[in-house]
Amino acid sequence: MADETRSGLDAVEAGPAGSEDGLAPDAASGLPVPEHPTVSALRARFGDAVLRHEVGARDQHVVFIEPSRNVEVLGWLKEDPAQDYAFLSDVTAVDYGGGRPLQVVYQLFSLTHHRTLRVKCELPVTALEVDSLAPLWKTADWLEREVYDLFGIRFRGHPDLRRILMPENYAEGHPLRKDFPLRGRFSRAEQTRRALAQEVENFYIPLEMDLGREPQLPAARESGSDPADQA
Amino acid sequence: MATKTVEFTVGRTPEMGLDSRPAPGPLAPVDLPEPEMGSENMLINIGPQHPATHGVLRLVCELDGETVLRVIPHIGYLHSGFEKQGEYRTWNQVVPLTDRMDYLAPLIYNCAYVMSVEELMGIDVTERCKVVRVIIMELDRIFGHLLWIGTTAMDMGAVTPFLYTFQEREKIYSLHESLTGARITTSATRVGGMMADLPEGWPEACRKFVTELHRTLDQVEYLLTTNAIHLGRTQGIGVISAEDAVNYGFTGPNLRASGVPYDVRKDKPYYDYETYDFEVPIGEHGDCYDRYLVRMEEMRQSIRIVEQALDRLPGGPINVPDPAISLPSKTDCMNDMESMIHHFKLITEGIHAPAGDSWFSVEASKGELGMYVVSDGGSKPVRWRVRPPSFVNLSVIPKLAEGHLVSDLIMINASLDIVLGEIDR
Repeated sequence: MADETRSGLDAVEAGPAGSEDGLAPDAASGLPVPEHPTVSALRARFGDAVLRHEVGARDQHVVFIEPSRNVEVLGWLKEDPAQDYAFLSDVTAVDYGGGRPLQVVYQLFSLTHHRTLRVKCELPVTALEVDSLAPLWKTADWLEREVYDLFGIRFRGHPDLRRILMPENYAEGHPLRKDFPLRGRFSRAEQTRRALAQEVENFYIPLEMDLGREPQLPAARESGSDPADQA
Repeated sequence: MATKTVEFTVGRTPEMGLDSRPAPGPLAPVDLPEPEMGSENMLINIGPQHPATHGVLRLVCELDGETVLRVIPHIGYLHSGFEKQGEYRTWNQVVPLTDRMDYLAPLIYNCAYVMSVEELMGIDVTERCKVVRVIIMELDRIFGHLLWIGTTAMDMGAVTPFLYTFQEREKIYSLHESLTGARITTSATRVGGMMADLPEGWPEACRKFVTELHRTLDQVEYLLTTNAIHLGRTQGIGVISAEDAVNYGFTGPNLRASGVPYDVRKDKPYYDYETYDFEVPIGEHGDCYDRYLVRMEEMRQSIRIVEQALDRLPGGPINVPDPAISLPSKTDCMNDMESMIHHFKLITEGIHAPAGDSWFSVEASKGELGMYVVSDGGSKPVRWRVRPPSFVNLSVIPKLAEGHLVSDLIMINASLDIVLGEIDR
């Protein structure tokens, strides 16, 4: 692909410089980690599925869990009356770049106990797939679509996993990944060319194309073909 | 031949009530023969350029006659990659991106973002700053709701409330302008404080505004609350139960209209909201009308909060007195070498946030606005995520609109109070 706009953009295209001194682990300066009732309950119930527990930014608790058991753990957090995290505030992802695993971040809130909890799953860059939470929370539907769109993480069992913010036929990848340059992978010329070459079909999903098809009325067909035969 | 019952809600001679308000006429069900017509459904695009979508939202509807069978929302027409851009900017440079998301209540977004960064850095802002932020956030809640009332009434064909509310919004624009220099793109906050302290006479102007706002709210309520057309267009339309609303992630007035008393200001109080005396209005039916009532009452509660905050507005500095965070004054820069160095470092490098991540949510005018920032210890965010309340609220529209008429779909869409700048980001 011809790239005319390279000059001066190299620094931009190199992406944000990774962390200068590496990702310092949040050691919390040796202070005793305050307890979170849910975390101890999680450890007691799921044991090895709970990988790590971190506390940062005053008292925000983060639990790293086994990605393969996310539905099981989060489903329990939602259903168990002692936890009752009925509200899934957010689903998002974080890419630290440099080949480090991507984190899927679930932000939970319990309306009855007034507790928040952040649950993270770390996915290696080579296997960006995790089970969908859409069966548990309807909120997860669009939020997971957004994560898929912008990070390329696939959600198994999602009812309708397609891009949401970017166009369906967007070919440049997943924009919020660290290896994605700020101005996109294609040159401006190529981006313009693709934008101008859009077909009407690109603006509809297959379901809509099916719904919008001309009704197959036999009467209309016959009357339409008659003049053609005579001519 | 099939028949269907048609109910006329307006009688032949609408009687005028005693207080000269039209009273709805008696219901006269009529059985009309329904002609046999083809049963093929139709696919209709509403938007992306349509005034009733309140932005560049495209709703692809499958219609059976005028009944909506299915709605498929398409968003992303305003996608600007704010979150990506934020990763290339220093912590303070992200602030201007935030008010371009919800340009209907920009100060709430300014505040929410810096609050999440302050949470990450462990900064406690000054008392004055807290109160000022409460004032401007409540002011912008009124700002957002006023626009909502006006445009929603306009969707129903009522132009007058729009004129009333925009007259009041103009006054808030002026308050924005004297505080920040801009009317919409305020960018008023900085990590650790504000861009500038309140200008002289601002608290008085603000108090005058909120005192006089009651009158406009009364006028709008008089026009809408018992208006037969408004009732007919909103009651029982777009109903969602409390359980579903929580499951779908509804927040803000939309959730409270369904009877769930979840308000971030009460449930996860920030900035001493627990010390302010205000009520959280909740509805019981979860329909468009209850969403209207909740928002009207919320504005009155916001007025109460603003008045209390203005009463307690303390003196003192507005920025944290930490040279590594707040810019020194221009006078200090010119007279004092150390301040000059701090100024230079802050401008060229920006502030540094410790490694870690922080989630902070506030009650925005649209719902729970969450700001999630991730730092690796540098002067730029590794990730800046906005939990957009309108995005989640809009995702419910296929469920809400199913089985309603197209005109109800317009009402439902309006009642959700979406802003596309924030949905698409």
